[in-house]
Amino acid sequence: MPTRLPEMIRKYEQTLLSEWIAEQKNALGRKLLKDAEMEQQCTAFLRALEKGASKGELANLDNPAWNEMKELLNNVSRSRGLQGYSPSETAIFVFSFKRPFFTKLAKELPPAQVAEEQWNATLLLDQLGLYTTEIYQKTREELINRQQQEMLELSTPVVKLWDGVLALPMIGTLDSARTQVVMETLLQRIVETGSGVAILDITGVPTVDTLVAQHLLKTIAAARLMGADCIISGIRPQIAQTIVHLGVDLGTVTTKATLADAFALALQRTGQTVTKVGLAKKKKEKEAEKERKERE
Amino acid sequence: MERIPILRMGKYLLVTIQVDMHDRLAMQLQEDLTTRIAKENSRGVLIDISALDIVDSFIGRMLADIAGMSRVLDAQTVVVGMQPAVAITLVELGLSLHGVRTALDVERGMKLLEESIGEATFAGNVDESDGPGDES
Repeated sequence: MPTRLPEMIRKYEQTLLSEWIAEQKNALGRKLLKDAEMEQQCTAFLRALEKGASKGELANLDNPAWNEMKELLNNVSRSRGLQGYSPSETAIFVFSFKRPFFTKLAKELPPAQVAEEQWNATLLLDQLGLYTTEIYQKTREELINRQQQEMLELSTPVVKLWDGVLALPMIGTLDSARTQVVMETLLQRIVETGSGVAILDITGVPTVDTLVAQHLLKTIAAARLMGADCIISGIRPQIAQTIVHLGVDLGTVTTKATLADAFALALQRTGQTVTKVGLAKKKKEKEAEKERKERE
Repeated sequence: MERIPILRMGKYLLVTIQVDMHDRLAMQLQEDLTTRIAKENSRGVLIDISALDIVDSFIGRMLADIAGMSRVLDAQTVVVGMQPAVAITLVELGLSLHGVRTALDVERGMKLLEESIGEATFAGNVDESDGPGDES
């Protein structure tokens, strides 16, 4: 027996729509969506439902008859996912349609048919609801992946501190993937800037275990092969203790407690000095005075 | 047969590797270089590998070997211009080339040699001020 669903929708579109929207507002509690947008989405949903159901394929969502519906649900759950709706709040969009529709069914059809129609419609709406949840999940996963990627790039900046001095402030846990990125960006920047000294600052690294230490040593060895010296700075007291307890041999690597100390050493190694303006002035004045005296 | 040219620059020898290194070429270079160091009485060797994109464990070991051989012949080796990818590969292979000095480019490598050998010659000159080595 063909389903009465499309016929019902055609007949009662306006009443269904208003009741459904009321149902959604009731379920959601807060109003996140504009009325016009909600109405537009619901109308589109009804049209697509009618279109899909009139092809007679109620149980099989893979049928091309449902393509329009799928596309609509894609958009709806994507936009709701990005707007911060929870998965159940997104799925309510579909599930809340049940009550107004079933009430209409009970009124319209003889009791013998109601059970079957209801069962068919439930099957269909459940599938559609699950589909929205799936899409919602996918959207969130994409978001998380993108953020992870961004964090990976953000957390490994290589900054030029001074002529010939690079600094690499590392923040967060160092795993293999991140060290690889760190190593590559550092070496690339060494080539680009022709820097002779690189400071690896690990103030923001919460723990240093043997693996992290090995990663650091590898990076330093690679930089040395290219002809750049590395200084490790920002080793906190606890980390110093851990390193010794673990028996990690930092070997010939120069280590400094703070970035400032490391920077001073780097300047010394590259043969540069920084002086206070006042001091430089005084020195000049003194020299000028000396010259004057000599002339006299 | 293909050979890697070894250029003489004053007290030093300059080797620029511009072609893909294969094993036979590397062996030939080792042979040529040691001969030249002995013949010219060179104090330093600069190996420029900035054009080298690919290394394997053999080439890596060869670089370390050359450095070791030069040291025996009293010449210092400086490897200059290593590409990032090459450096990462060598480290991953476990070849950190301990004992080989490195510099970013030929200019800095030359300066490095100048500094270390200049001091050494100066110290040597105090001991043997009329030695035959410093008449050039």
